[in-house]
Amino acid sequence: MLTRSEHRASTAGGVAALAVIGLALAVPVMVLLSQGTGTGVSASQGAYIARITWFTLLQAGLSTLLSVGFAVPLARALARRPSFRGRRWLISLFAVPLGLPPLVAALGLLEVWGRNGVANRGLALFGVETPFSIYGLSGILIAHVFFNLPLAARLILPGLERLPPEYWKTAANLGMGGLSLFRLVEWPAMRRSAGAAGGLVFMLCATSFTLVLVLGGGPAATTLEVAIYQSLRFDFDPGRAVLLSAIQIGLTLAVMLGLRLISLPTEAGDTKGGATSRPDVARGWRSLPDVALIGAAGVFVAAPLVAVVVSGLAADLARLLTDALFWRAAATSLAIGLAAACVAVSLAGLMVRARFSVGERPGSPGLGLLSGLAAAAGSLTLLVPPVVLGAGWFLMLGGGAGQLLAPLSVIVLINALMALPFVMRVIEPAHQGAMERNGRLALSLGITGINRIRQIDVPALLAPLATGFVFAVALSLGDLGAIALFGSDRIVTLPWLLYQKLGSYRTADAAGLALLLGAATMALMIVADRLGNRSGAAPLAGRQLR
Amino acid sequence: MRRFHIIPVALLACLPLAAGPAASADKTLTVYTYESFVSEWGPGPKIEATFEAQCGCDLKWVGVSDGVALLNRLKLESGRSEAGVVLGLDTNLVSEAKATGLFEPHGLPTDAVSVPGGYSDEVFIPYDYGHFAVIYDTETIANPPTSLKDLVEGDPNQKIVIQDPRTSTPGLGLLLWVKSVYGDDAASAWESLSKRVLTVTPGWSEAYGLFTSGEAPMVLSYTTSPAYHMVAEDTKRYQAAEFSEGHYLQIEVAGLLANAPDKELARQFLAFMMTPGFQDEIPTNNWMMPAAAVSIDLPEAFSTLVSPEKTFLYSSDDVAANRAAWIEEWLGAMSR
Repeated sequence: MLTRSEHRASTAGGVAALAVIGLALAVPVMVLLSQGTGTGVSASQGAYIARITWFTLLQAGLSTLLSVGFAVPLARALARRPSFRGRRWLISLFAVPLGLPPLVAALGLLEVWGRNGVANRGLALFGVETPFSIYGLSGILIAHVFFNLPLAARLILPGLERLPPEYWKTAANLGMGGLSLFRLVEWPAMRRSAGAAGGLVFMLCATSFTLVLVLGGGPAATTLEVAIYQSLRFDFDPGRAVLLSAIQIGLTLAVMLGLRLISLPTEAGDTKGGATSRPDVARGWRSLPDVALIGAAGVFVAAPLVAVVVSGLAADLARLLTDALFWRAAATSLAIGLAAACVAVSLAGLMVRARFSVGERPGSPGLGLLSGLAAAAGSLTLLVPPVVLGAGWFLMLGGGAGQLLAPLSVIVLINALMALPFVMRVIEPAHQGAMERNGRLALSLGITGINRIRQIDVPALLAPLATGFVFAVALSLGDLGAIALFGSDRIVTLPWLLYQKLGSYRTADAAGLALLLGAATMALMIVADRLGNRSGAAPLAGRQLR
Repeated sequence: MRRFHIIPVALLACLPLAAGPAASADKTLTVYTYESFVSEWGPGPKIEATFEAQCGCDLKWVGVSDGVALLNRLKLESGRSEAGVVLGLDTNLVSEAKATGLFEPHGLPTDAVSVPGGYSDEVFIPYDYGHFAVIYDTETIANPPTSLKDLVEGDPNQKIVIQDPRTSTPGLGLLLWVKSVYGDDAASAWESLSKRVLTVTPGWSEAYGLFTSGEAPMVLSYTTSPAYHMVAEDTKRYQAAEFSEGHYLQIEVAGLLANAPDKELARQFLAFMMTPGFQDEIPTNNWMMPAAAVSIDLPEAFSTLVSPEKTFLYSSDDVAANRAAWIEEWLGAMSR
């Protein structure tokens, strides 16, 4: 329901958006390739790279196993207890890690699991002499489970809740035992979503950067992404960065191809909770295992959040808020976030429009390709992780020394690309719906071209556009991946400032900063979520962990 | 259609806001250094005040995580650095730093400088020195290691925090120390030591911060570090372990960048570095030994410190020739 000239404009817009994305991805990859691997790889270097690759896979595999392994019984327990007090609150709590900048979470996890943290002090009370160490593999796993157990549980739960209540009544009447109920009813309902959640979690953990950087603790626990960063910032060895980037891209490509086989289920938004009673579930003391599991998961997720708030409030917030550097960092972060959101929403808008236009004119192979590419563009940005993108641009700009605008633009672009898949997911269905409602009307009123976009399409899409925009701002605000390579005394963002304070162990400042940054991104995520719910846009599942 | 004011507003927000504060002084000297030097309790702020009073200029510090990272940054910026002086490399890195061609001879008399071994160079000027040592918490460790061998082979449950040799001069110092003692067996020594390593930090500040906050009972630092706790905190809790094989020496240096925006001012700073105005701040703020005369008496605590009988120091050419291979060896052993 677009006019001929509107079709042309849509196609041109789609091509332009794809060109921007293509350039943003291709330029750094070409730069990396043209650098070559330098002098070749020595045997010891090769062995080191092989070990990093192995560790990357190992930690991602274990993180997935633990996250999904706990998420399955947790989702089951939540489904068995549909109406306890605070259930809705708990499921909302499980969405919090998704919106939390990883650096903020790392700080909270250190407070809980560090040598002097709550967990170790508890262990000491029980006479455990050797303190638990959060550095290395154990720390990475705890952090990844903190982020992904709630995500996986939220992905798995709806499958169980969608089962008709008759199932449970029948099961109760038949006196079906827990085991056979699980085998015959619950597991089949969870299997698909558990598999998909596993794939997603593996992908997120295989490309995890910030958490490994902060909690890794040395060459024994380094992932490819961190090694790419180190080979540029520590060794200044572009050849190695190129090699590692190639391995990383190959790895993510393989995982993504694997993921194609399993599609992602929708996440539990406001789950029904309380709608179905479960006659098959025992009450009284026999509910203890469920209660214990749900309680433990709640404490596991809530404790680091509480720690961030408590230690943040204990910090000298007044001093922090009068620090000029803080305000400079906040202004830079906000500017980058707004710009990245603008770019992301514009690109997404153009591509969604082009895809719609192509959809109305089936048959042309060229246009089909355009539509396919536009759909794939979102995933393409996942294929080349931000640190790899940054590495290419970093080499091209000569480290960004003495420049301000160029590195800032690169950071904006990378952040925009990171947000793009999620923004598209919000806008596309809303656009489709709006077109179905208003398309003919606009045509019959003769409102076309830019007037139509201004007077009809944008107003109809205001809520999803705003959702995508706010979400992109929040994502960019908490990102360390893109700034990590370019951060300097001239370009300081809030996550970068927090990373530095954490590094120089100004813990009080870091705690205060983490609280402010965490609160800001959470507030934005809640706004995005509210706007999204109002407009019926798709839930913002599977946010990147960086 | 009032809504449509949103579009211009949004477009306005799309303009990247490049916010950079402009410094307003006639002359500005930028000095690259490592982070702990410029922290509020480090010597940086005090030296800045003294020098600015003399030069009528604005002295601007730029701190990076540690000494080796300084060299990486210079290579990366390849001549586009805004700095005039780089302060915080050590003699291990001197040959490699010269090979970049980014430095030029300072042309200053250096008679005032006196460091062990009588180090002197036409490009780099020493400003302090110290011996690396393992600092331990006496409340946790009753029997500290008495040799590097002890440290390498000790109880893996007693952890140490070390620095990354790719970014940090103490980290590189430990690498060279182990190489001095173990030679070709260094890789297996690192493999064994890696079991005791809690974490590897990019810089000295992070490592020492983890140590003092109780995350680990040992840290790689300097023989002078206990003086800080005795003078500033009045406690003997943290002590240096004396190693029977000897200790590795570090001489920290500063140099003049060939592309310095104001070379005269940069030279003026290097000359100032050899006077008491600068050197007085070294012992009790950088907690290292001064490389030239001071006008103050060192606190009593300095006489109680470990003073190594034997010291190690590779020539800068040896380090330049082998650093990449030795770091490769370290990475290999530490990731096993």
